[in-house]
Amino acid sequence: MSKSPSMTAPVVGNTSGGSFTPAAPGAEMPQRRKLLLAATSAVGAAGAAAAAAPFLASWFPSERAKAAGAPVDVDVSAIEPGMLLRAEWRGQPVWVVRRTPEMLATLDAVKPKLADPESKAPQQPDYAANATRSIKPEMLVLLGICTHLGCSPTDRLAPAEGWAGGFYCPCHGSVFDLAGRVFAGMPAPTNLVVPPYKYLNDTRLRIGDDSKGA
Amino acid sequence: MMKTAMTRNRAFAALFSLGAMFAVFATAVPTQAVAAGSNFPLQRAPVNLQDAVSLQRGAQLFVNYCMGCHSANYMRFNRLTDLGLTEEQIKEYLLFGTDKVGSPMTIAMRPADAAEWMGKAPPDMTVIARSKRPNYIYTLLKSYYVDESRALGWNNLAYPNIGMPHPLWQLQGAPQLKVEEKQSHGHAVQVKSIVAGEPGLMTAVEYDRAVGDLVNYLVYMGEPWKVKSTRIGIIVMFFLSILLVFVYLLKLEFWRDIKH
Amino acid sequence: MSRIVAAGQGLVDWVDERFPLVSTWKYHMSEYYAPKNFNFWYYFGSLAMIVLVLQIVTGIFLTMNYKPDALTAFGSVEYIMRDVSGGWFIRYMHSTGASMFFVVVYLHMMRALLYGSYRKPRELLWIFGCMIYLALMAEAFMGYLLPWGQMSYWGAQVIVNLFSSVPFIGPELSVWIRGDFLVSDATLNRFFALHVIALPLVLVGLVFLHLVALHEVGSNNPDGIEIKKNKDPVTGKPVDGIPFFPYYIVKDLIGIVVFFMVFFAILFFGPEMGGYFLEYNNFLPADPLQTPAHIAPVWYFTPFYAMLRAVPAMFGSQFAGVAVMGAGVIILFFLPWLDRSPVKSIRYKGPIFRSALAIFVVSFLVLGYLGVATTDVWGKMPEILPIIGGIEVATIVSRVLTIAYFAFFLAMPWYSRIDKCKPEPERLT
Repeated sequence: MSKSPSMTAPVVGNTSGGSFTPAAPGAEMPQRRKLLLAATSAVGAAGAAAAAAPFLASWFPSERAKAAGAPVDVDVSAIEPGMLLRAEWRGQPVWVVRRTPEMLATLDAVKPKLADPESKAPQQPDYAANATRSIKPEMLVLLGICTHLGCSPTDRLAPAEGWAGGFYCPCHGSVFDLAGRVFAGMPAPTNLVVPPYKYLNDTRLRIGDDSKGA
Repeated sequence: MMKTAMTRNRAFAALFSLGAMFAVFATAVPTQAVAAGSNFPLQRAPVNLQDAVSLQRGAQLFVNYCMGCHSANYMRFNRLTDLGLTEEQIKEYLLFGTDKVGSPMTIAMRPADAAEWMGKAPPDMTVIARSKRPNYIYTLLKSYYVDESRALGWNNLAYPNIGMPHPLWQLQGAPQLKVEEKQSHGHAVQVKSIVAGEPGLMTAVEYDRAVGDLVNYLVYMGEPWKVKSTRIGIIVMFFLSILLVFVYLLKLEFWRDIKH
Repeated sequence: MSRIVAAGQGLVDWVDERFPLVSTWKYHMSEYYAPKNFNFWYYFGSLAMIVLVLQIVTGIFLTMNYKPDALTAFGSVEYIMRDVSGGWFIRYMHSTGASMFFVVVYLHMMRALLYGSYRKPRELLWIFGCMIYLALMAEAFMGYLLPWGQMSYWGAQVIVNLFSSVPFIGPELSVWIRGDFLVSDATLNRFFALHVIALPLVLVGLVFLHLVALHEVGSNNPDGIEIKKNKDPVTGKPVDGIPFFPYYIVKDLIGIVVFFMVFFAILFFGPEMGGYFLEYNNFLPADPLQTPAHIAPVWYFTPFYAMLRAVPAMFGSQFAGVAVMGAGVIILFFLPWLDRSPVKSIRYKGPIFRSALAIFVVSFLVLGYLGVATTDVWGKMPEILPIIGGIEVATIVSRVLTIAYFAFFLAMPWYSRIDKCKPEPERLT
């Protein structure tokens, strides 16, 4: 507790005519005084922290932002096999792709060229940490934001010369397969993110909410 | 002798200070008069923000009978979970078609169109109970009477020639105006009152309760954090009382150094 | 432990070689000698500083979500109160703080009147204080427009129109202030800029000067005698002085906690304070086509507003009233040279000065009441105050009180000199 003497009690040598008895330089503060000082500081600091809480809390998303970022429901029945549907969740693109059996077959074939073929990095909820990175094998749900610097990759689903189909980021050339897994040696360090989602029924998908129950 | 003069001086200063402070606070205590359109005596609205059931009924009345014309643009539907409703209940009982549970209580009618159709756009209701005060709204909703001379057939004792027709007429029916001649201080005075007319869906007692619920809800909607605020306030007062004890003891401890 | 202390001392030494840290601390805190007999009136200075800090901090957080735009301003305040977490608390702190600022500043000024804290050598200290009061009024006025409610709008409209009564340049002046022919988006935007940055800078600067001046001349005290006249011959320190730190710091803490109890009781249990801190009509969005039936300024301006209403139009212009209102504030600046009493404190002043001060305080408070009361309340005065009946009488009362307000200052050189004062003591009592 004893701080530099110049910062605590006043240092005044003489006490003869003064109206107070100052502590001698470097003298220990009385025990009772120390205790009270500590107790008051502790209670006061608790109060200050409590008062600061609403100010810090005000930086979190507001109710309006939360309402705008609420889970979105998508009807997937209209997606033809091999087609992609763009949804918007929290202002970001979400892709829903109905993969054909041929597309699913490519997932195994490209494995040796991938950076994280087994999806070990936590870029997906546990229920999508499987070979197809999805709940239902054919239905892929991805956050359409490149894990490199946040551009939105373009979809190149159709196979071409030396290309099994997947996604290509125009910003820095990162390439992803048909499960959003990044190829080795790309600028993007990790696989594309699978957002939390669940099936409300066979054809309705809720993106942004994977809670159990209705 | 000198000492007593001194004491008197101190007493004077203390009294003077107290008097001045009292005067400052005394001027701040009486509530400011509020515009009510007239000097019609107001009835007391039964506001109780702790009564969740009343607030739920009020919310339903608001959605069904007011939101045809009045928005509550700053109030989100999902805030009604404060009242013990679940999001599913809000969707089922209160939401219109495509609205999301997190969306504000807006209406389809655009204010500009409304102004064209009605002469004046119906005001937003979010904070109406804060500006017009609960007792006024309560009295207003209980003071409608049938008046064929008015374009829409309604008039109001608390707000003569009001533009808004009776919003709850289905519930209250068609109340009538009763004018009595009474003697007061030797003068004949007209005493106007509202009496029941053709009955509506509710009895008079039920209608009073419904209006009370609706006003209760409007008060809640004006300041939805009010119950929470009072609760936090009590904790804060308790905390500061403890802190006061500590700082007081601390001061006494330090001031033992001072010679008087 | 001792190594930490040594490191701390090392850091202090390092800074001290480059910045006057220890000497500043000593000069303003641990060796600033304040009279030992401060009473509760001496809390309000430090409280005013606390409120200033609160207003700045809460204000910064409000600007993060407020929109200075006529179409969205009202909605953005409701957005802060409803959608932003903790928003209602931050906004109510700011609105309660605005009124409490004036409460503590008025009590702080009252203290100066009671104990003659404006007298030589504290004239400049008093003048800085008056400038703070003036800047605070401007700050409060501009801030009150921002919620863009009916009272914001029409209050600004009325006050800005006062400038149009200035001879010759008036009409152009008020248009220039508004940036439009009526209070509009342009007005809101410039008031926002002045409220959030320009005037706070001025206020903080003036408070700094106020404190520098205070610590140069030393604090006055309830006895109104200079503790510097009685110094210990050995140490050269005032015998009746005690170091501000720690003694007045720990004492001020009591005042701060009590103040917070009042402040938070208002904030949590009734932030409208019966319609005085937050006026009910200000919960209606601004409508340039419809003036509310009853408009009155916020309570802290009302004594001066009552003076304005008390003065009749002269030569076809309201300027006389505006001038009287302005003079009511400006006259405060001259107080140090108006008081010719041989003593400073009310404790030793005679019956004439005491009566004059009492009349002055009563006049100020009743003027405040008359200013907040609407004209039709003036008309109903006999019901409320049976002594003064009817609007005519209320007008006469406000005129008499306005004269009393000014007489307190203007007659002071005369009555303060002839008053029978008591002898000041040699030492603090």
